[in-house]
Amino acid sequence: MSDIAERVKKIVVEHLGVEEAKVTENASFIDDLGADSLDTVELVMAFEEEFGVEIPDDAAEKILTVKDAIDFLKEHATS
Amino acid sequence: MFDLTGKTALVTGASGGIGRAIALALSKAGARVALSGTRRDALDAVAKEIGDTAVVVTANLSDAASVEQLAKDAEAALGGGIDILVNNAGITRDNLSMRMKDDEWQSVLDVNLTASFRLARATSKGMMKRRWGRIVSIGSVVGTTGNPGQANYAAAKAGLIGLTKALAAELATRGITANVVSPGFIETAMTDALNEAQRAAILPKVPAGRLGTADEIAAAVLYLASNEAGYVTGQTLHVNGGMAMI
Repeated sequence: MSDIAERVKKIVVEHLGVEEAKVTENASFIDDLGADSLDTVELVMAFEEEFGVEIPDDAAEKILTVKDAIDFLKEHATS
Repeated sequence: MFDLTGKTALVTGASGGIGRAIALALSKAGARVALSGTRRDALDAVAKEIGDTAVVVTANLSDAASVEQLAKDAEAALGGGIDILVNNAGITRDNLSMRMKDDEWQSVLDVNLTASFRLARATSKGMMKRRWGRIVSIGSVVGTTGNPGQANYAAAKAGLIGLTKALAAELATRGITANVVSPGFIETAMTDALNEAQRAAILPKVPAGRLGTADEIAAAVLYLASNEAGYVTGQTLHVNGGMAMI
């Protein structure tokens, strides 16, 4: 399951072009990692692709930090 | 000059005069085109004219579920995401404002404006992923000038301009542009319905001294759909023979 956390962090690093060290579990995509609102939509799309899940809009809106993403995907990931 | 080889397009209202011309222009430039509308036989006729780079998908644009399904059907038929969305479908239900029924108002807003929003929403995610997209909506000169008897139509067409500007601002960083082509009086079934007195009243207001052609609208759409127009976004391109210089 820690594997999910690693994969999430890798996607965030690639997508936002930030240093790996900055991508802590409590980091907020927008406040700490410099994402804009469109970046967060793209991150969710990337998570969907990587983990083979569909993330509904109401769930996506609650994914604000790295930890939010990891928690959601631990529960729902299929791949 | 404008090469759309490898691109896919969805044109709504593709059996009408302007929609057909747009579909033909995009396919001539190399795009594969999904033709949408309500009349299957009329769409099939346009598809036959184009050849095997056209597919037909029917939809009822006043129905939310049908619009969502349309985007999926078009992508399935084209075998990939939609690169170019042309919101062309439009209806009129003319009446003086004080006599206009709620359903006359609502049906025009649903088809002309809300369906355009829904299709933009459904197609823009894929465009974002591919870092390329074109959303071209067909407005109308009356969306800017107003017109008696067309409160619903004028409001919907003006709404497209605001929708387009918001989409343009949201999506510009992802290589997606959104623009409006705003026709004046064009020779189509819609203007064929005008009587002689109405025509006689219109023509003196058009400096060009004639109605426009569907091909002249299609050429504007083709430009805005092209790579060459990548820096043009949030704009309204008026194609009206000079009848309103705005």
